[in-house]
Amino acid sequence: MAARKRRTIENSRKLPSSEKETLRTLQPLEKARTGIGGFDEVTNGGLPKGRPTIVCGGPGCGKTMFAMEFLVRGATQFDEPGVLMTFEETSEEMARNVASLGFDLKDLVARGKLFLDYVRVEPSEIQEAGEYDLEGLFVRLQHAVESIGAKRVVLDTLEAIFSGFSNSGILRGEIRRLFRWLKDRGLTTVVTAERGEGSLTRYGLEEYVSDCVVFLDHRVNDQNSTRRMRIIKYRGSSHGTDEYPFLIDEKGFSVLPSSSMRLHHAVSTKRISSGVEDLDDMLEGKGFYRGTSVLVSGRAGSGKSSLAAHFANAACQNGEHCLYIAFEESAAQATRNMRSIGIDLAQHMEKGLLQFEAWRPTQSGLEMHLLRVHKLVEQYQPDVVVVDPISNLMMGTSQEIHSMLMRLLDFLKNKQITAFITNLTKGYEGREQTAVGISSLIDTWILLRDVELNSERNRCLYLLKSRGMAHSNQIREFVLTDRGVRLLPAYAGTGTVLTGSARLADARKKMDETTGQEDSGGNGRRGSSEGVGHEIEGGRNSQAGDRA
Amino acid sequence: MKSKAAVIPKQGIARNKRETRKADTMRDSNHALIELRLYVAGQTPKSLTALANLKKICSEHLPGRYRLHVIDLMERPQLAQGDQILAIPTLVRNLPQPIRKIIGDLSDTERVLVGLDVWETRS
Repeated sequence: MAARKRRTIENSRKLPSSEKETLRTLQPLEKARTGIGGFDEVTNGGLPKGRPTIVCGGPGCGKTMFAMEFLVRGATQFDEPGVLMTFEETSEEMARNVASLGFDLKDLVARGKLFLDYVRVEPSEIQEAGEYDLEGLFVRLQHAVESIGAKRVVLDTLEAIFSGFSNSGILRGEIRRLFRWLKDRGLTTVVTAERGEGSLTRYGLEEYVSDCVVFLDHRVNDQNSTRRMRIIKYRGSSHGTDEYPFLIDEKGFSVLPSSSMRLHHAVSTKRISSGVEDLDDMLEGKGFYRGTSVLVSGRAGSGKSSLAAHFANAACQNGEHCLYIAFEESAAQATRNMRSIGIDLAQHMEKGLLQFEAWRPTQSGLEMHLLRVHKLVEQYQPDVVVVDPISNLMMGTSQEIHSMLMRLLDFLKNKQITAFITNLTKGYEGREQTAVGISSLIDTWILLRDVELNSERNRCLYLLKSRGMAHSNQIREFVLTDRGVRLLPAYAGTGTVLTGSARLADARKKMDETTGQEDSGGNGRRGSSEGVGHEIEGGRNSQAGDRA
Repeated sequence: MKSKAAVIPKQGIARNKRETRKADTMRDSNHALIELRLYVAGQTPKSLTALANLKKICSEHLPGRYRLHVIDLMERPQLAQGDQILAIPTLVRNLPQPIRKIIGDLSDTERVLVGLDVWETRS
C-alpha cells in the first residue's frame, strides 16, 4: 500500500516536468531574461529557462555580481522570485555588497521575492564518521524554493563545499544529483565557479552542467583593465561567440554587444545643418545626411573643436538633443573658449538640450569608453553625438581601436544618431589617412589643413568625401571670427589658389586694376563686414562659384 | 519515504526523553552535560544506522551524561539553516561549547568520540 501510494505521489510530482519536456521539444528553447543590459541581446533572450548555467572566471571577475543581478532583476522586473544560496559570504555581507548597485535585498526578502540562505562550510568543525550524503543541502534548497515559489536559484560558489568534505566521490555524486534536481523542478539556476588551471572551473563543475557556460574575464593591458565576457557554450541556442566587454558600475552589470554583422541600418534623406552656413553650401546647401557619421580631421589648432561646437550649437538651436563628449576640455573650458567665436553653449546646457560629458581618455580602457558612451546615449537619447577628439582614444593596437570605433559608429548609426567626430592628425602624415584608417566607416569627411606660406599659417577646409551628395570639391579658406567660423570663397590668383595675405595682396592688385570698370557680375552672397572678408569682396565673382 | 519519515523521530524523541530523564538523575556533577542533536532527513538506512550507532556509543561511553534530540528535516526543514546542516546524517554537539559536528552514519566509533571530544570519560 505504502509503496503504491509513494509511486502515485512521485508520478504526480513528475508529471509537470515531463509535460514541460514535450513542450520543449516542440518549441525553441525557452529563455529566462536576465535583465542585464546587453546580455540578453548577446544570448538572444537570456539564460536557458529551467536549466542550470555556470558562470565561471577568476577572482574579482564579477561572477557574483552577475548572479545577483540575474536574481534581483528576475524578482523585480520579471516576477520570478529567487533563492540565493551563498557559500562564501553571509547574507548580511551580500546585502551590503549589492547595496552599492541600488539593490535592496532586505526589502526583497521582506516582500517574499527573495530568499537568502548562507551555507557555512567549516571544515575544522566537521568530523567525518561513516557514510553520508548532502540531503541537508537539498532540504534547505527545497524549503527555500517552496517558501517563496522561486523560479530562479543562485548558488554562489557551490565549489566551496569541496573544501568542507573530504569524500569527493560522494560530493560529485551529490552535485550531479543537485543539477538533476534543479532541472526537474524547472529552476533557472546560475552556479558560479572559480576558474581552474587548465580547466574552466577548479573542480570541473562544467562536466555536470551542459546547458550553458558563461566565462568572465578580467585582464589588464597597459595598466588599463578590461572586463570581458564570453559564452562558451549554449546548448540548443544560437549565441554570440565573441568576447564582449562588460562593465560593472553603480547601475550594475552591462555587456556591450559587438557590432552587428549585417549592414542594415535605416537611412534617412533628411538633412542636418553643419552649423556653418558656408559649409552647408558646400554640401548641396543642406548639410549632412541625418544619421550619418561625420569626421573632421586636422592638426592641432586647425579648428576642429570650433566646427564641432558649431554643429552642436546648430542642433541645439533646432531643439534637438546633443551629447557632447569631450576628451580634452571640461564643460566650463569649452563654454568659455567657444564664447570667443560667438557660440554660447551654456544656454543649451541650461535648457537641457546639450549634455556635456568630459572625462580623461587615459582613465580607462577602450571598451570602458565605448560602454560609457553607450550608457550615456541610452540615458539621454540624443539626436546628435559629438566626440572631440576621438584620436585621444588611440591606445592599444590599431585593430582594437578600429573595432571599437566601428562598434561606436555602428551603434550610433543603428540609432539614427548623427555622429560628429573630430580626429587629431599628427605632423605631416599622409593626408588621406586617419590614424586608424576609419575613413571607410565615415560618410562625410572634412579635412582641415594648414597652409604655411609667406610667414603665416592659414587654415583651409575641404571635403574629402561625402557619400550620397554632390559636394563641393574646392579647398576653402577657413577663418575663425568672433561670430563663428566662416569659409571664404575660393580665390584664384594667377594660376594658384591664394590664401591669407597673399590673397589680400592679389585682391588689392586686382582691385586697382579693375578700378573704373565696374564689375556687374557679382551675384554672390554679401559676406560679413569682418576684416578679411570685406577686403576680398571685389574679387570673388567668377572664380568663386561653388560646384554645388 | 516521506510518509513514514514522521514515525522515526517521534520514537527517537520519545526514547530520548526517557533517556534524558535518566541522564538527569544519573548525571555526574564533575562532568558537564553533553547536548546532542542528530539531524536526519526521513527514514533512510543511513539515518537509521546513525541513530542506532549513536545510541550504542552514548550508552557505552557517555552513560547519563547526554541529552539527545533527533530532528527530522523532512518535517522541519527550516531548522537546517540554524545549525548549518548540509550533510545527512549530522550529529551536532551543542554543549559544551564550541559546537562540533560529526557527519556520517557514525559507524566509526573512534572518530565519533574524537569528534565529540569525550575521551576523558573513559580514563
